[in-house]
Amino acid sequence: MAHPSSYQPGSRFESWLDARLPVVRVMYDQFMVFPTPRNLNYWWTFGGILTFMLGVQIATGIVLAMHYVPTSDGAFNSVEHIMRDVNWGWLLRYTHAVGASMFFLAAYIHTFRGLYYGSYKAPREVLWILGVLILMLMIATAFMGYSLVWGQMSFWAVTVITNLFSSLDAVIPGLGTKLVEWIWGGFAVGGPTLNRLYSLHYLFPFLIAGVVVLHIWALHIPGNNNPTGIDVKTTRDVVPFHPYYTIKDGFALVAFIVLFAAMVFYAPNLLGHPDNYIPANPLQTPPHIVPEWYFLPFYAILRAIPNKLLGVIALMSSITILFFVPWLDTSKVRSTRYRPIYKWFFWAFVVTCIVLGYLGAQPPEGWYLVFGRIFTVYYFAFFLLVMPAVGLIERPRALPGSITESVLGPEAAGQTVASRSVPNPPAPARKREEVL
Amino acid sequence: MKPWLIASFIVLAMPGTALAQQQNNNHAPEIAHQGWTFSPPFGSYDNAQLQRGFEVYRGICANCHSMRLLSYRNLGEPGGPEFSPKKVETFASQVQVTDGPNEKGEMFQRPARPSDPLRSPFANEQQARAANQGALPPDLSVIAKAREGGPDYIYALLTGYSDPPQGFELAPGMHYNKAFPGHQIAMPPPLSDGAIKYADGTKPTLDNYARDVSAYLMWAAEPKLEERHKTGAQVMIFLLVFLVIMYLAKRTVWARLHHRDATNAA
Repeated sequence: MAHPSSYQPGSRFESWLDARLPVVRVMYDQFMVFPTPRNLNYWWTFGGILTFMLGVQIATGIVLAMHYVPTSDGAFNSVEHIMRDVNWGWLLRYTHAVGASMFFLAAYIHTFRGLYYGSYKAPREVLWILGVLILMLMIATAFMGYSLVWGQMSFWAVTVITNLFSSLDAVIPGLGTKLVEWIWGGFAVGGPTLNRLYSLHYLFPFLIAGVVVLHIWALHIPGNNNPTGIDVKTTRDVVPFHPYYTIKDGFALVAFIVLFAAMVFYAPNLLGHPDNYIPANPLQTPPHIVPEWYFLPFYAILRAIPNKLLGVIALMSSITILFFVPWLDTSKVRSTRYRPIYKWFFWAFVVTCIVLGYLGAQPPEGWYLVFGRIFTVYYFAFFLLVMPAVGLIERPRALPGSITESVLGPEAAGQTVASRSVPNPPAPARKREEVL
Repeated sequence: MKPWLIASFIVLAMPGTALAQQQNNNHAPEIAHQGWTFSPPFGSYDNAQLQRGFEVYRGICANCHSMRLLSYRNLGEPGGPEFSPKKVETFASQVQVTDGPNEKGEMFQRPARPSDPLRSPFANEQQARAANQGALPPDLSVIAKAREGGPDYIYALLTGYSDPPQGFELAPGMHYNKAFPGHQIAMPPPLSDGAIKYADGTKPTLDNYARDVSAYLMWAAEPKLEERHKTGAQVMIFLLVFLVIMYLAKRTVWARLHHRDATNAA
């Protein structure tokens, strides 16, 4: 794609196949020699980790589906049947359930990494948009998967979230109600709802896999961004993907699996809610309905708005606003490393997301609600005010002359120093970096 | 200081104090941690304790509470109470279950087999409520995972009965319990010293009953815990060795690049 192919068919069969379907050539060019910036740090390993997690969820999910019964009477019992009577069923189910949390953990780190290093900026806008699309599909998939347990939290989460559509009644009277009944397949959340959620929960991961292919394709046209945010200039700036990044991603993946396995084997229910071990009961509402941890910031935003329709709009906007980030950010440089003002706002945004997560788990009253509103305002202000304004007024720090120079220093990078438009960062600037 | 640290401090300092104050206002009952033999990462069930716990369940709890997800055969399986096959047969055969229809199309009663689920004390929810002044005794199959605190909570609940404090309004038919949310529970105090006999010489006290039945209910909710802990240890050892190998491999591969840089600089 972006770089000329250097593939040489090694056998007559490979030559024959290459003339008909150059699949080996594509794999060789894109996953072996693919030129990758030499300075990618460990925050860049989460793309590979996410691909692995998607595989884990699909593999465990397909086997779980062989034993699961998607009916309102059978769902909860069939999950317990998997836990008790299916060979290694407990391992499959806990891997799948904890896997969802680990998947989101990796996805959020991956997203924040993209935000920090400006990986959404030209020429990677489509790559970013596809990533946001994957995140939205993940949210839908995880929500539907959680409902399948058919415990109290499952049932009431479905009730609360599907009921959000009834807010459309405020726009056209009756529209919301009709829509909700259509989604439910009845006049309340019940068997038909569960069955369709199951069907879609099986479908969506394959949609995700499709968009992931596009996401990787869109990555391989411009190539990777890197911690400096500056473009690759010479072949010295890059290394072949294999073995340098296969091994680095591999190491990070194993470290991630250590955490994953520790959760599965020693604390499989830590992130779950005890109420979901109570079978769904339409006649009894739990005292606090809370979603899984990875939805809590969005839940806090939803509840921060006193009007139901506006709350739903805020909830939707909190994710869809990410689509516009490439055009909201006016900065001339990509990486936050060289943005002395923006970096403060960035970290305040990270903290805001974590605090909203905490607030989402609390009852919406008193101080919780007050702070929920303050942090919701900052959540949106970060995108709508900070991103456009700071980029215009901020004077970025001097960029290194090249990726190689950023790694080895200007002396070792040799000739690239001449191409710099700004002189080397003077000593005080380096010192300042350490201070910050 | 790193910017993220300062940013967190500023953002969290003020709300932190206000929120801490609010959290103190709506506190839930304190549940004390108990020492359990099955705590992660290496814990396993104490078979004798589970056997005693089952006797407490069978003698007392089973009068009102079902355990519909368990079968008699589970009582003899590895990683549980591990009653002998003969004992399991006996437990099952002491209970009559409805089977059928037979070739004449009639339902009939027969002694339970190990493959049968534990018999429920009531035929349905309505019957259970009618026998308990409208309250429904919950099924206990996964109760140890369905309550915040798990076995700690069950132990605290069973030992948490006392007279209500001065001025506490107790609704008719309700009982005061320190551990129960709201402190009013419909279940009368189920355990008392000497209520059932222990065959293995353990002191028949309320505290022992509560501890043993809590452990038993944890096993019922998580029957594969021992297998999980054992497999986990093997997997973790494998992964940690693998991690070291991957780290060394990564260093070796990247050393090539550092070597190339050094040659270029020279």
